[in-house]
Amino acid sequence: MEQKNVPQDESALGKVTREVCYVTDENGNYVTDLSTGWEVKKDALDAAWKDIDGRIAAAMQKVDASEASPLLFFMEYRLMDINILSDYTGLWKWQIKRHLKPTVFKKLSPSTLQKYAEAFNVSIDSLKSMHINEG
Amino acid sequence: MKVNFEHRQAAHCETGVTTSLLQNIGVTQITEPLAFGIGAGLFFAHIPLIKINNGPAIAFRTLPGLIFKRTCNALGIPVTRKKFRSKEEAANFLQRQIDAGNPVGCQVGVYYLPYFPKEYRFHFNAHNLIVFGKEGDNYLVSDPIMEHATSLSSYELERVRFAKGALAPKGQIYYPTGPAHVTDEQIKKAIIKGIQKNVRNMLNIPGWFAGVKGIAYTGKNIKKWRDKLGLKTAGLYLAQLVRMQEEIGTGGGGFRYIYAAFLQQAYAYIPNEQLLEISKEFTKAGDMWRNAAVQAAGIYKGRLGSQEDFDVMGNYLIDIAVIERNAFTALKNIKW
Repeated sequence: MEQKNVPQDESALGKVTREVCYVTDENGNYVTDLSTGWEVKKDALDAAWKDIDGRIAAAMQKVDASEASPLLFFMEYRLMDINILSDYTGLWKWQIKRHLKPTVFKKLSPSTLQKYAEAFNVSIDSLKSMHINEG
Repeated sequence: MKVNFEHRQAAHCETGVTTSLLQNIGVTQITEPLAFGIGAGLFFAHIPLIKINNGPAIAFRTLPGLIFKRTCNALGIPVTRKKFRSKEEAANFLQRQIDAGNPVGCQVGVYYLPYFPKEYRFHFNAHNLIVFGKEGDNYLVSDPIMEHATSLSSYELERVRFAKGALAPKGQIYYPTGPAHVTDEQIKKAIIKGIQKNVRNMLNIPGWFAGVKGIAYTGKNIKKWRDKLGLKTAGLYLAQLVRMQEEIGTGGGGFRYIYAAFLQQAYAYIPNEQLLEISKEFTKAGDMWRNAAVQAAGIYKGRLGSQEDFDVMGNYLIDIAVIERNAFTALKNIKW
């Protein structure tokens, strides 16, 4: 890529930092330059988040319909699969699968709920209600 | 307490940390492209069957940790690397390094990294940063991705050092032991070794899904994605490919531009005109990767979507594989 073609599009990262690109100057020598973002990859990231938002909404519907416990919602919300959640909580995967059932979730002990709350970085109240106070 | 250390921004986290830490102990010749090339950083792999964030597992660089290790080894610099079970022990060890005046590299997860924008926070655990001091409860942090040095509270740092999931960092700390004096002759030898290693990784690695043949394999697969996955999922897969290729820290074109820059810088130590010619081929490969990304964007934005569009996309990769195979073969045939 030539230096004059370094994209300076808007992006989420661009609000925090510009990023280093390796480009060639007019003599063909490599130099570094800073870019605020590139639309092509901003769109890639947007596509990924649109998909995640769809998963979160679908999980919420399932919880509302009592087909799953709030754990499903928070797993989607925190982009965690059962492996990651198992690592964060120290619980076995089969336990987590059981806790995904609303009836089982309702009977969980405060200490188990605390483990989930910490893993998802929310309060126990939020964990039960699915109300989250953050941006 | 602040260690004597200068923040440097880089394209990529691991090469950035490697460059900064080596500069700091006196390896004045080292640059990000040299660290990347000596560490044989360029790669391609598309691991079958494994999914990352519901998409394909594609890498444009070698495994995390290897660039630092190979570069230090090639320059004959001893390395300390430690993992921890206990968070307390991890914090104590870090404090002792700060007290001793050593900036250190830390492997961290990005999901709970507060200065990253939310959109970039995935459960990716092989990010690297440097801690170079502590003021009150705040650690002074040099993250190569960032334009300026930043800081993390002790809780925030502990959380990212002990992120969980694949490639969990386990509080990992690493640093080269200095002071070091590296001669230009050593750099020259390290460059040759790095190129030879990278040639092997791209041309001779076993497995149909890795190296230059892996690029062609993915290209052929992409042509089938539309029918096999449906347009929506196929689009998401392409978006993932583009993110791995261009997102935080590849320097553009899936590290191909950094490698082209490396070959130019190598010429200063090994005045062989072929290096400059081959550098141009990697620039061309990088440009083609970016053209492919534009095509992919047409698909995940919904502007394109016919089978012909997927064929064009797949052919980009098949053509790139040819260029990179020729470039690495030319490197292989250089008489050093």
